Amino acid sequence: MSAIITRQDVEEFLVDEAALLDAWQLQDWLRLMAEEAHYLVPALDKPAGDWRKTLFLISDDMKTLRSRVTQLQGRTVWAENPKSRTRRLVSNFRVLGTEGDCTRVTANFAVWRYQLDATDVYVGRYEHLLRRDAAGALRFQERKAILDLETLRPHGKLSFIL
Amino acid sequence: MPEIKTSNLVIDDHERGLFRVRRSAFTSQEVFERERDAIFDRTWLYVGHESELPAPHSYVTRKPGGRPIMVTRDGEGKIHAFLNACTHRGNQVARERSGTARVFTCFYHAWSFDTKGALIGLPGDDAYTAGFDKKDMGLVAVPRFESYRGMMFVSFDKEIVDLVTYLGSARETVDHMLDFGGDDVEAVEGAQNYAIKANWKLLVENSMDAYHAASTHARYFREYIPAMGMDPSSWVGANGQAFAGWRGVDLGNGHAMIEGPALPTPLDAGAPEELARIRANLDVKFGKERAHKIADYSRNLFIYPNLILISFWRTVRTFYPLAPDYMEVDAWALLPRSESEHLRQKRIENFLSFLGPAGLATPDDVAALEGCQRGFQALPDRTFSDISRGMGRAALNTDELQMRAFWRRWRAMVDGETGPTDCSDHPERVKVQA
Repeated sequence: MSAIITRQDVEEFLVDEAALLDAWQLQDWLRLMAEEAHYLVPALDKPAGDWRKTLFLISDDMKTLRSRVTQLQGRTVWAENPKSRTRRLVSNFRVLGTEGDCTRVTANFAVWRYQLDATDVYVGRYEHLLRRDAAGALRFQERKAILDLETLRPHGKLSFIL
Repeated sequence: MPEIKTSNLVIDDHERGLFRVRRSAFTSQEVFERERDAIFDRTWLYVGHESELPAPHSYVTRKPGGRPIMVTRDGEGKIHAFLNACTHRGNQVARERSGTARVFTCFYHAWSFDTKGALIGLPGDDAYTAGFDKKDMGLVAVPRFESYRGMMFVSFDKEIVDLVTYLGSARETVDHMLDFGGDDVEAVEGAQNYAIKANWKLLVENSMDAYHAASTHARYFREYIPAMGMDPSSWVGANGQAFAGWRGVDLGNGHAMIEGPALPTPLDAGAPEELARIRANLDVKFGKERAHKIADYSRNLFIYPNLILISFWRTVRTFYPLAPDYMEVDAWALLPRSESEHLRQKRIENFLSFLGPAGLATPDDVAALEGCQRGFQALPDRTFSDISRGMGRAALNTDELQMRAFWRRWRAMVDGETGPTDCSDHPERVKVQA
């Protein structure tokens, strides 16, 4: 398999990923992360911030992300019990360039979330750092979802994987 | 519409040791409107930290009590708070959440104001008579603006007591909660601005409620803490109750807290040497006794009517209702200026592990509060919330004295009382013992 990551590769990878998330197949989804990866959602008022210095909404290392996923699959995440129905549209895939042995890619997303008679829409842009693992499969080194929302209102919470 | 009778809304029965709040207090439009006049216009409201205005001509816009204001730092460094509305026809003059501007020009008719609020220009000023004085047409200052150790507050009540008097006996605890790093704190970049589809008073209760922790936040104690390689038993003991050794405290006039021995978080292992250095420095700077109070206890401190400081996560959080069943929440991290980048990162991780709309705990609180509000929709005039825990004894960890203290002040202010309120339980008056 080619080491080069094409726009077609990005599209297939992210569309398949979206299907896993909408189906709540979170353990399968977790396997898409590289070792030492990060899952990031920046603060809405500092979308270009650095997670080391800025208070994000989410800046999970793998230890925290694994725990987040385990929790989401249990029964005591009251914010996701009953589980939200989500449907995400992912599009406008672009390869931005290489960073070391990783490739920076972007795509737009819109996620509709339905739960307890409420509808919330989360719109934004992914900006991921992808790499190939030893077997040549794409993996997230950094998975970043940058929301276009100015505030999390009226949503109130971001309790599923964005 | 019937007149609001708080004796019908809050049942504070000392003899029987019962405390109940009629659920219409959370659902009624009339109560909501009374709260704006009687509470949010007669208290000191947190608007932000001075560090959010780092340079001359920095500004932020805020909505204390739901009223849009702007806070500016002028060219000499002095901070001002104005209504964010042009004095001509009312359009908002500051249209971004924050930024830097020497001049605020209202685009509607191009009136412009400087960072001291003065009207410095308007097109065609020859059209006005001699009775029109530009000096009278500066931005309208919020009636009162004061800071305490960098924490900025406004009040819409010209006659309100000064901020230090207002904080009263809660002030010492505010100091404890700002001194933990042995240095001044600053607001970290990155705000958490979210909403909860619930009455604001539910968040007051929730923010100092140790009773809900073991059930609502079981996943933090039972899953996250062990996943970080830590023993959860100091958080949730054998009896399944969280926060052993904690207690609620009535700090007077609605201010209250829960307080107890500091509990271990993953932060402790994240930067042990620097934290030990900071702890030792506190002994030197403040003396052992005060350093012990600062560092060896954790607190959720509530400043009436809508400010929470939580020491575990070093957050400051404020909120205000826009409707009986909807509030906006603004939260920040307040962290010591001088700490290392490593410790700063670890503190941010610790904050996010629990708090915020995507944390591993806050979303469950949001779900609980929104669930309460939905539950209230069934016969709110005829059903009550019970807040009686521990009414016949000195407060223990899962008791609710601190919430009753809030509600007693709430009731007094909704009744139009402006003097001090006795918010304590007086357990000696309870005739029905457990």
